Amino acid sequence: MRTLLFLLQKEFRQIFRDKAILRMIFVMPILQLVVLPWAADYEMKNIRLSIVDHDNSPYSQELVHKITASGYFLLNTYTQSFADAMHEVEEDRADLILEIPPRFERTLVRENEATLFMALNAINGVKANLGGAYLRTIIQDYNREVRLNWVQLPRFNPETRIEIVPSNWFNPFMNYQYFMVPGILVILVTLVGSFLTALNIVREKEVGTMEQINVTPIKKHHFILGKLIPFWILGLVVLTVGFFLSWVVYGIVPVGSFVTIYVFAAIYLLAVLGLGLLISSYADSQQQAMLISFFMMMVFILLSGLYTSIDSMPEWAQLVTLLNPVAYFIDVIRLVVLKGAGLSEIRQQLLTIIGFAVVLNAWAVFSYKKRS
Amino acid sequence: MSTAVKADNLEKRYGTKKEVTHALKGVSFEVERGELFGIIGPDGAGKTSLFRILTTLLVPEGGQAQVDGYDVVEDYREIRKRVGYMPGRFSLYQDLTVEENLKFFATIFHTTVGENYDLIKDIYEQIEPFKDRKAGKLSGGMKQKLALSCALIHRPSVLFLDEPTTGVDAVSRKEFWEMLRKLKEQGITILVSTPYMDEASLCDRVALIQTGEIMSINTPEGIIRDFENPLVAVKADNMFRLLKDLQSFPGLFDSYAFGEYHHAVLQKENQQQELQAYLQEQQHESLELQQIKPDVEDCFIALMKTDS
Repeated sequence: MRTLLFLLQKEFRQIFRDKAILRMIFVMPILQLVVLPWAADYEMKNIRLSIVDHDNSPYSQELVHKITASGYFLLNTYTQSFADAMHEVEEDRADLILEIPPRFERTLVRENEATLFMALNAINGVKANLGGAYLRTIIQDYNREVRLNWVQLPRFNPETRIEIVPSNWFNPFMNYQYFMVPGILVILVTLVGSFLTALNIVREKEVGTMEQINVTPIKKHHFILGKLIPFWILGLVVLTVGFFLSWVVYGIVPVGSFVTIYVFAAIYLLAVLGLGLLISSYADSQQQAMLISFFMMMVFILLSGLYTSIDSMPEWAQLVTLLNPVAYFIDVIRLVVLKGAGLSEIRQQLLTIIGFAVVLNAWAVFSYKKRS
Repeated sequence: MSTAVKADNLEKRYGTKKEVTHALKGVSFEVERGELFGIIGPDGAGKTSLFRILTTLLVPEGGQAQVDGYDVVEDYREIRKRVGYMPGRFSLYQDLTVEENLKFFATIFHTTVGENYDLIKDIYEQIEPFKDRKAGKLSGGMKQKLALSCALIHRPSVLFLDEPTTGVDAVSRKEFWEMLRKLKEQGITILVSTPYMDEASLCDRVALIQTGEIMSINTPEGIIRDFENPLVAVKADNMFRLLKDLQSFPGLFDSYAFGEYHHAVLQKENQQQELQAYLQEQQHESLELQQIKPDVEDCFIALMKTDS
């Protein structure tokens, strides 16, 4: 016990003396939490639009006005030649072209119908898709307004119409920050828990202190606990700092209880600490540990449901996410923060993470040897 | 006196099937309690592998070894309690201070700095003025003293020093050997490895090791005594031509450059005149020739020659 306490003291001393690690633990989360959620925005803004107007009528003017007033589009060029607009796309100055045909107003009034042409630059698929969809909605809206001006609609619509008005539960305003911020927090906790631990242990190997420690009568479990406990505590500290920040900056307060989150986080950290330990027992240098960590982090983030929904992944990828501890925590933290889930609702994820913790730690302890 | 360290036919190989490095090819020796035992050999001779086996960091592939009466494979836990190991590379915590490092090693050996302070007093006093400095910021000589203090803090019965004087200046080296002398007086068995032949004479007994094999174990005097051939130091203006001419001298056993002189090992006694006449015949200017006593390096070179 005395040995363990002394090991912990030494470990904390080293952590607090290392300015770079301190910065990584405290400044990085703050920056990531404050900056990233604003940048990682699902909403498309500033879509650059080129309009080719062959009509130049009051109606086309009104349409253009309506589109630019929506706030989603930046009017890049307003021209009468499609070639000009295409050139803008080729030079990557425009994402979308909307072509208004000649006699647009006349056809619309006379024949009750008119066509518009839309060309999307699909190099950035997301932008093209969303931009196209936004534009379509605006045009439909415009269409309805035009009709309202002409026709005095009867009180009851003669044709049956189904109008869908969605209502977003748990996040009524679809504020993407509410689900991005907790997700990013999970990534940060994972970084501290697994990769800092791995790097720390591998550094001891690299510097040679590991060998010096190995010739001492120190017990394996003392050494391992001495490494895990500090980072377990640091992980929980980062989580706390993160929640504080998301309250200050974004006003996010979990609907569910903090107890649920911390119980899950405490066990989750055990699992990722085990992962860090495992990496450290297979890596001989900090470079190796960094590369392994980097590779794993990429997979963890992309298959975690942080940015893209797991449900929309192909089936094999969905199976892979079952092995991704990050995915479980992101799921849980969103359930608790947005929906207010309690321990009994996240029972399934909790059990799985306990499984992860047991397997990873057992594997790591087994493969950690004091001699070769 | 009993045996402190006993190695019996130790074997160690590295690498996979394709490329195997045979680091130790059946190494056997015994070290008496309280002895200062030197393991001397060039880089890559297997010194570090041997030390790593004896300090239980490495498992040998063949043979047996006992340290302080305990088997290095079976009773490695006991050995770890009673040996001190100072690896060739400085491996203490660079970001902890001198004092913190010492305390740390004392604690993990379940002892305190105070308990064995008398043992390290002479060494630690020299670095005590810097006890609040981080270990990484110490000079080479001070790092070495700190490492030695940390290796001694639990009063080990056997001390393993792996190339402690490599990369250390001449004055510090001398000081270091002085410290080892004093430790030996305290009854600690010391095993020290070094690539420097001139340090051999400072040990009680030495083992000369080369490519994983021990060539000779003896006292430094004994090793020199075993050198039977007469040895001549030769010097002339054109040293390069001199070496070539030496090699074509029929009565020669071996010749090699040795500092300012060339050393020539002759096959028989009283060949010196013969050699002088031979070299004068080759018209060497300002020729100097004198019979000298061999030192350990000469013995090492001779042993290498007979082995191959």
